[in-house]
Amino acid sequence: MPTADVGKALENTRAGAEEQEAGGRISTAPREDSSVDVPALGPVGWARWFWRQLTSMRVALILLFLLSLAAVPGSLIPQNGANVFAVRNFKERNGTLAEVYDRLQLFDVYSSVWFSAIYILLFVSLIGCILPRSWQFIGQLRSRPPRAPRRLTGMPAHTTWRTDAEPERVLRAARILLKGRRFRTSPTDPPGPDGSGPGGSVAAEKGYLREAGNLVFHVSLIVMLIAFAAGQLWNSEGGKLIVEGDGFSNTLVHYDDFTSGSLYDTEDLDVFGFTLEEFHASFERTGPQRGTARTFRADVSYWEGADGAEKKTSIEVNHPLKVGDSKVFLVGHGYAPVVTVTDGQGKMAYRGPVPFLPQESLGLTSTGVIKVTDYRDKDGEKEQLGFQGIFTPTYGIDAERGPHSTFPELDYPVLSLNAFHGDLGVDAGLPQNVYQLDTDKMEQFKAEDGDLFRADLRPGESVELPDGAGTLTFDRVEQWASFQVSQEPGEGWALAGATAAVLGLAGSLFIRRRRVWVRARRGADGVTVVEMAGLGRSESARLPEELGDLAFALQDDAPPAADPDGADPDGEDPAPGGDTGRSSGRDTGGSTEDVPAATEDAGPSSRGENE
Amino acid sequence: MNPVDIAVAANESLAEFSNLLIKSAMAVYALAFVAHIVEWVFGSRSKVARTAAALTAQGAGRSGDARTAAAGKGADKVSVTVRTSGGTEVLERPRVVTRSAPGRRAGVPDGPGAAGGDERGDLYGRIAVSLTVLAFLLHFAAVLTRALSVQRAPWGNMYEFSTAFSMVVVGAYLAFLVAKKDIRWIGLPLVTTVLLDLGLAIVVFYTESDQLVPALDSYWMWIHVSLAIVCGALFYLGAVSTLLYLFRDRHEAKLEAGGRPGAFATSVLERLPSSASLDGFAYRINAAVFPFWTFTIIAGAIWAENAWGRYWGWDPKETWSFITWVGYAAYLHARATAGWKGRKAAYLALIAFLCFLFNYYGVNIFFEGLHSYGGV
Ligand code: HEM
Repeated sequence: MPTADVGKALENTRAGAEEQEAGGRISTAPREDSSVDVPALGPVGWARWFWRQLTSMRVALILLFLLSLAAVPGSLIPQNGANVFAVRNFKERNGTLAEVYDRLQLFDVYSSVWFSAIYILLFVSLIGCILPRSWQFIGQLRSRPPRAPRRLTGMPAHTTWRTDAEPERVLRAARILLKGRRFRTSPTDPPGPDGSGPGGSVAAEKGYLREAGNLVFHVSLIVMLIAFAAGQLWNSEGGKLIVEGDGFSNTLVHYDDFTSGSLYDTEDLDVFGFTLEEFHASFERTGPQRGTARTFRADVSYWEGADGAEKKTSIEVNHPLKVGDSKVFLVGHGYAPVVTVTDGQGKMAYRGPVPFLPQESLGLTSTGVIKVTDYRDKDGEKEQLGFQGIFTPTYGIDAERGPHSTFPELDYPVLSLNAFHGDLGVDAGLPQNVYQLDTDKMEQFKAEDGDLFRADLRPGESVELPDGAGTLTFDRVEQWASFQVSQEPGEGWALAGATAAVLGLAGSLFIRRRRVWVRARRGADGVTVVEMAGLGRSESARLPEELGDLAFALQDDAPPAADPDGADPDGEDPAPGGDTGRSSGRDTGGSTEDVPAATEDAGPSSRGENE
Repeated sequence: MNPVDIAVAANESLAEFSNLLIKSAMAVYALAFVAHIVEWVFGSRSKVARTAAALTAQGAGRSGDARTAAAGKGADKVSVTVRTSGGTEVLERPRVVTRSAPGRRAGVPDGPGAAGGDERGDLYGRIAVSLTVLAFLLHFAAVLTRALSVQRAPWGNMYEFSTAFSMVVVGAYLAFLVAKKDIRWIGLPLVTTVLLDLGLAIVVFYTESDQLVPALDSYWMWIHVSLAIVCGALFYLGAVSTLLYLFRDRHEAKLEAGGRPGAFATSVLERLPSSASLDGFAYRINAAVFPFWTFTIIAGAIWAENAWGRYWGWDPKETWSFITWVGYAAYLHARATAGWKGRKAAYLALIAFLCFLFNYYGVNIFFEGLHSYGGV
């Protein structure tokens, strides 16, 4: 489409430097020198050569292609950033392959050395490309469209007709017309004292915004990248699971997990907190999508600042709570059976809701563990208890899946537990996963008949542990919701960059940059010959149309005159071979040009001799 | 936005009516398909060899570089009646001569279309278009009733996405026809794909009409998904045009080199627009859609930010949108890079479209991502 094409076309017509000049500076795209010549020796030569290659369109294209290629493995192989568990699973299943992958950073594609290398090179290339182009463009904005080439018939679209109007009048009208259509025009070249000679001309250009749009688009890409990088460096993201009725305040110690960018300072945590008052979830009850979630809503009361008043609001899936620079998202929910454990002495050893984690979404079958650290057995010895359990909101059992939940709401809740006693290992000082039981130093309770002890409880039910070890009561069920609190600086910049990019792109792709020239001169028989030509940055069907419209509009002031007898419009080249075109001007012809392919073919070669 | 009102039970009879309409639309598309086939068959009788003629003339002229195609677009408006101050008179509208860049075989005229100038062929072509219009109306009604039955925009799962997608494809095609663009040549491949798409939708993806999971309930999602559908439909037209360009270009190159393409290839390819026209059409579509595709991704990022707390997380769907986007950017760049225009750029465009398709079908089916819809 663009410059290079047009430029070559003009070169190939060998129609003279002027015509090349006419197509010059219509874009700031770098000229493509297809030669990859060996540079002059010396480090400077090499550096310059390297830089030229890096900032060339060809390399930009290759880097773009590589970037999309490099993004593919990240969607096929589990990524640490997205799903650590999937990565762990993968590693367990594929020993050596996983090792190779690990070495190639295939579990962290988007922060890998090779992926970063590609986009950093691309953006260096982009900056190296965009800066000179911006300067060039500013220069272009100050300049005027280049004057009409001598031979308008060499242009991609042209037209000509004869009129009785004076050349000056035609040119004046043309200028007004073009200005009226928001073309930028250069001062009119006067047609010469008697209107003969090469004729006067008007040059006009329109569509500068195309170039501006293209530059804005590319600069916005840089802005977006910087915003993205800033987000990675200064972001923070923490997760917190809260049971109904409990609260949270935004300090590091209150998070279940917390990650932040390398430059994040925990001093920057916004001061606020909230209490989960109630959680609502509803699910499809009938039809094939039975069990699919319909609504999730967390009703919370929150406060902001050191002494902020309490306010009530709800957090829903697409509607986070915004406090300061932080946003609180609702990311998960589940059930927390409330249990009471008494020890061998009959004293209460544990009471509270225990969040169970859903293992599947259609029935919310959940698993969890209860750890009782402060316990004495029936002889008063210090020991610890651990329970491993499955919670099913709507209990069901089949041969294939064993006990499981058939619906996510509390239609028939059952808590099934195994019980252990011994050492939980929590005192070792190592952080422990609250959802897992380390049974290495524990022993499972056995029932009287020698089988492993196991209890299935409905809310309100209790069970005696074997050998008078105590009781466990399943009091009731509460719900929990998990929240993600994130601070993502640079988000506004990313959005601004993206918006500018779209606008720039629209300008770049929908606006056509084009030039129009009008020339009027007096022909040999005294009748004025008007020539118009157009040149676009890219070949477009609309250029001839627009030129036709302009010519048509100009004919109000320069009505076509009758063709002189015998001037057969077909087969007249207005610049026949013998015409040197430079000094004498063209006093032949002037017929309405209506040139079929065959005649025009002769044009370039005959013109070639003029050079 | 308000939570989805669960009380609004999906209106099942309306949904069933929608299914019936889809099947009727398919039946009519099938008839249109047959009519198109007949159009191509009748058209093959006329011997067209205009390309060769044009190329030979070009060769004989040996201009090699710039060529002039007389009149071009301006030609159809040669004389226009205008009102001047004096009264009404017929003015000769200036005829614009265009001159094309070299290496483009610009002198090659567009083919006559599937009917190849054959009257019966043309009749069947018209019948095919009329049937397509009818099928489109049924298709449209089906999507509309589906929307009414679920009381929301009808693209909440793969089934709805597929039916809406092919509806927009046909809509765009008909809009081009209404705008008097020469695009009837795309009719047969288009109807074929629409049939395939709808068949896939009802056999593989069918999901009972229902409400949405909460994560999909956001107005950014509607903007994102509806734009994705429109972009996809238009990219599809661009891709078909690109593919045909590749065939036609090879055909022309062969003729230019003095080769004799097979009878079938000649018969089919001669009736298509010239390679320059196909290429230009594909470029204009892809270039025009690209900004919208960019915006689609941005809207998706805003939605993701609201739903999951991060605007970009390299989820498979996001990754493949990005790959598609970069693919099309590479294509646009290739068009501006010496040595990459033409066929190489066309391959890039096809790759980019395959990425789009993969994102649409492959990712939903093969990946466990946040984007897996309810149902499929
Ligand atoms: C981040 C990577 C880039 C992306 C996504 C990108 C995207 C685009 C897009 C979509 C266009 C089409 C707009 C149009 O045709 O006017 C374009 C045009 C252009 N790009 Fe890039 N670009 C990138 C990097 C670069 C680099 C590194 C260079 C410099 C070598 C560059 C130079 C250009 C030029 C000169 C044009 C105008 C082409 C023409 O004349 O039509 N771009 N770019």
